[in-house]
Amino acid sequence: MTDSTESPDLTRRDGLKRLREGTYGGLFAACAAITLLTTAAIFVTLLSDAVVFFRSISILEFLTGTNWSPNPAGGGQAFGIIPLLIGTLVVTATAALISIPVGTLTAIYLSEYATPNARSILKPLLEILAGIPTVVYGYFALVYVTPALKATLFPEMSTFNALSASIMVGIMTIPMVSSISEDAMSAVPDELRQAGYGLGATKFEVSTGIVVPASISGIASSYILAVSRAIGETMIVVVAMGAQARMPEVQQALFGIPFVNPADVLLESGMTITVAMVQITGGDLTGGTLPYNSMFALGLALFAVTLVMNILSDIIAQRYREEY
Amino acid sequence: MSNTTSDDSLITTEVQADSNDDRAAAAAGTAVAARNLNVYYGDEQAIDDVTMEIPEKRVTALIGPSGCGKSTFLRCINRMNDMIEICRVDGDVEFGGKNVYDADVDPVALRRKIGMVFQKPNPFPKSIRDNVAYGLKIQGFDGDVDERVEESLKGAALWDEVKDQLDSSGLELSGGQQQRLCIARAIAPDPEVILMDEPTSALDPVAASKIEDLIDDLAEEYTVIIVTHNMQQAARISDRTAVFLTGGELVEYDDTAKIFEDPEEQRVEDYITGKFG
Repeated sequence: MTDSTESPDLTRRDGLKRLREGTYGGLFAACAAITLLTTAAIFVTLLSDAVVFFRSISILEFLTGTNWSPNPAGGGQAFGIIPLLIGTLVVTATAALISIPVGTLTAIYLSEYATPNARSILKPLLEILAGIPTVVYGYFALVYVTPALKATLFPEMSTFNALSASIMVGIMTIPMVSSISEDAMSAVPDELRQAGYGLGATKFEVSTGIVVPASISGIASSYILAVSRAIGETMIVVVAMGAQARMPEVQQALFGIPFVNPADVLLESGMTITVAMVQITGGDLTGGTLPYNSMFALGLALFAVTLVMNILSDIIAQRYREEY
Repeated sequence: MSNTTSDDSLITTEVQADSNDDRAAAAAGTAVAARNLNVYYGDEQAIDDVTMEIPEKRVTALIGPSGCGKSTFLRCINRMNDMIEICRVDGDVEFGGKNVYDADVDPVALRRKIGMVFQKPNPFPKSIRDNVAYGLKIQGFDGDVDERVEESLKGAALWDEVKDQLDSSGLELSGGQQQRLCIARAIAPDPEVILMDEPTSALDPVAASKIEDLIDDLAEEYTVIIVTHNMQQAARISDRTAVFLTGGELVEYDDTAKIFEDPEEQRVEDYITGKFG
């Protein structure tokens, strides 16, 4: 403009507006802080009460003990986490064996193969699966899955058993894997698929060789989430697996490495770390007793297991990451 | 239409095409031919009864305003349009004498013979080596992969720049290098035809001119069919030029020199001189 008698208004906006802009930022930061503070508070609580517990029971005894009976009728209290750990790991591993393959393949189907119509029907259905209360899964396991397994594959299986519980925990976590993995795969730019098809790749080759590697970090985080959810799952396990802290028979394998026959655990009732905690809170417990404090030691152990899981999968995701 | 193609007209007028004289001397067979090709997206017609023969080992440019169907035409040749659900193709596209729309043609096998380079450089998020070797891998190539990777990168004029970093990600390269990587990836499985869909439109002029030089070299071994918005580019690099105008009509198809110096159709002259489009 040649006749610019008026210069454009470039002055700073008035104080109120600026204050408002600043307030927004503060509000968002405060919300982010709430989660962080809560996590920190939980950790501190766990740690302080666990420390009290470890004054009476040594960490070594807690970590290597093979007997868990915090409230025995006749005396002989024992706080060994091993049977609970075995219960938790078996349930988690079996559930992951179901949720990871089924969830991943479902995600590939939804993202790469399904027509828009099929996807618009299937995605909400899967999300409904995620919305079912876990206690319902628990009863389903107890009332339908266990009798069905008993009638067909495992007649010797007990009514409360780890297998049915694990299967339902696995099914419950499928939507977690499929939904997050599908989001990660859908986010892969279409140009990469086009490049693959242009080179004469089949749909399967594009899905597995291009889309999955490009979205591996998203897929890995879906696995972490599903496994962490399985580790922490309580309701299904309480209902379907029972609450008996049972130490399976330990056998000596090659080179004297001890191992546990999975069938010994899966077909019998058992107890996970979370169920042990529920059982303790379910009793008439007053604060300050040893069983009460043991709950926090268990919580801390659970926390440690998930933390290690997270770190491990982070490392794995970094290693195979293909950034686009 | 004034675009009947015979080998005679190819020889007599192509001599005028600057920078491509060496190729013009010999007559060329037909690599790809469209016969009465009609393409529809739903109810809309994208290609209107196009018949043309594209000579082998030549650069053929498809030009025209946006939405004229030139990219659609390109994607008919390797059946990339199959992936668009509402796309319907009528008529024949012959490749090596075979109609690629015949029921017994597998588009996957077809695309292994016809490479493609896209508008936006789209290397895979893999190493430079794996990018070039991808086509070989899926096609079960049993020769020396490293040797072929080197040859392809040399063929794409990229080898000297990347030979010490074959294991680093293809995405670490500049835009122009990425596009040459994509060209290396396209030529690695040794296709017969290379389709290029505006390969330089996302690049700066220096990178674009490198690609143009490369396209000239590629025509020694491959049939290159290139869609471009840039008329100067078409004039510089192509032997034959097809002008599509709105509605998917092929208005004129002739030697590049003829199209740019003395087009038969007034509409083509208007488009080329910037009065239209």
